[in-house]
Amino acid sequence: MTAALEIRGLHVAYGARTVLSGIHLAVQRGEVLGLVGPNGCGKTTLIRAITRVTPWRSGEVLVGNVPVSGLSRRELAQRIAVVPQMTPLPIGYSALDVVLMGRTPHLGFLEHEGADDYAIAREALARAGAAALAERRVDELSGGEQQNVVLARALAQRTPVLLLDEPTAHLDIGHQMAVAALVRTLAHDHGVAVLAAIHDLTLASLSCDRVAVMAGGGLLAEGTPEQALTVENIERAYGVRVRVLHDAAPAPVIVPYSGGAIAP
Amino acid sequence: MTGAGNIEAWPQPTRAAMVRASLRVAAYPLSFAILFAALLLGTAIGPAAIGPDEVVRVLLRHILHINVQTEATADTIVWQIRFPRVLLAGLVGGTLGYAGAAYQGVFRNPLADPYLMGVASGAGLAAALVIVGPLPLMWGNISIITLAAFLGAVGAVALSYTLVARVGGVTPVSTLILSGIAISTLAVSATSYLMLTNGEDAIAVLSWLMGGFNDSSWRKMWFILPYTIPAAVVIYLHGRVLNVMQLDEQQAQQLGIDISRTQVILLVAASLASAAAVSVAGIIGFVGLVVPHAVRLVVGPDYRRLLPLSTVLGAAVLILADLGARTLVNPGELPIGVITAGLGAPFFLFLLRRQKKAYL
Repeated sequence: MTAALEIRGLHVAYGARTVLSGIHLAVQRGEVLGLVGPNGCGKTTLIRAITRVTPWRSGEVLVGNVPVSGLSRRELAQRIAVVPQMTPLPIGYSALDVVLMGRTPHLGFLEHEGADDYAIAREALARAGAAALAERRVDELSGGEQQNVVLARALAQRTPVLLLDEPTAHLDIGHQMAVAALVRTLAHDHGVAVLAAIHDLTLASLSCDRVAVMAGGGLLAEGTPEQALTVENIERAYGVRVRVLHDAAPAPVIVPYSGGAIAP
Repeated sequence: MTGAGNIEAWPQPTRAAMVRASLRVAAYPLSFAILFAALLLGTAIGPAAIGPDEVVRVLLRHILHINVQTEATADTIVWQIRFPRVLLAGLVGGTLGYAGAAYQGVFRNPLADPYLMGVASGAGLAAALVIVGPLPLMWGNISIITLAAFLGAVGAVALSYTLVARVGGVTPVSTLILSGIAISTLAVSATSYLMLTNGEDAIAVLSWLMGGFNDSSWRKMWFILPYTIPAAVVIYLHGRVLNVMQLDEQQAQQLGIDISRTQVILLVAASLASAAAVSVAGIIGFVGLVVPHAVRLVVGPDYRRLLPLSTVLGAAVLILADLGARTLVNPGELPIGVITAGLGAPFFLFLLRRQKKAYL
């Protein structure tokens, strides 16, 4: 089966410093793959490199079996949508304006957004739970609301692949669960391939079909949450010892010892 | 209420949103009315009083070739002196308006204006070199100063860009801004040095630098038109793309925009047009900075509205400023920069004080 997104031996360096050392990873259609790992392990760089915002030294990324290096920016944006980490949104634009920007790769240079694009944008806002924000100015929204608007923008791109970089960082637990549910619906019911960088290990465990653990620019482990999120893998990646509870939920729950790094 | 796929009821538009919407609709007819009034006033008012009816007759006769009776002196004054001057001021003002908006959009910076990458300082240095140097000021019908100023302006921008542009990658806008400031400072200091060491020509250089329209002609119009019309078309067509570029470089690329190519296209267009404007009119400050801001304060940030409205209002503002420059003192003329800054700055401060929210 052809993977929706396949990363083949991706090597990225900033000057002499290697940031990604030959990563291999594949995301299937209809699957949510969680990317976990300590700060600075290369999660964000991987997402940037997949969309060619950061150039790579060697390797290749295939989207639906097509090499990304041969695609134009526009063709790439028709295939892969990104929800980046929180960045300030431009002042004065409404949430609907920003979500409509998600239609950019589908519009010709001289074309303006049509009724279809408005319908898609409004539906995306509603899916992201942000319908009520449509006419509000994005610079006056809270961080979590802005994140939902950016998520809606990515949905409005209608791509087969969705990359999320800490999509729940500014959300309360209720909204975290809503986003997790939305992402699972997109994958399981609509066949989208989702790659999501997530800090919260329990959230990754509960909301992802598979989890990849990164450390130091490489891949440490990959598999179902049970296989990947073990005490040993987490200790190797993060340098802390945690408890992994298997009976508390359908997937492992990761709990730190009080005091963090103090092992029992 | 935040569940996946849960469609919420659409809220009614607020009062503020309705006011904004009606301002947006009214903005076009209002701006064109202001421009039209400025054109008429600018042509009618001057040392020799010519009635608006006579002005209209002269213009009808020449533009639409309608055979109406016109008085010979009035005909010459209107058609050979005032109307070219008013049109040139309008063209330069319109150019500075849309070029300023485009620069602010490309650089995502409220302090950007058409002179940011060196257009004004490069033109000024080149003009100063011609004035103090051995070259004749005119070569037949062709003004060497205008040509040199144009080349100097384009050269300075090209230098600012190529010195820091990253081949195959995206050049951060802050790097471009700093490079433009460095080149501008260099050119300005060279110009100052030329003025200090050539005392007898210093006044002539200064008067060119301060800008103005007192030797306007149809010829100057034909010089600026081939740059400003195509540039305006190219830049207007990028309105939607400029909106997306207000996110940031990374997100704009991930939405399918080729940032480096778009930056180059927009900078080349805006710089060529403002280089032509500066080379015929000198360095007129404040219009390219303030007009786009004033428009944005009224109609919001959408570049599809901002660009054309900045053109129309930039044209009207500069026509009226030139009218003030040549009528407020008698005899002689005020430097037009005194008017654009002297009236523009207080008006802009008034708009800023009224504004409760951040807008850029």
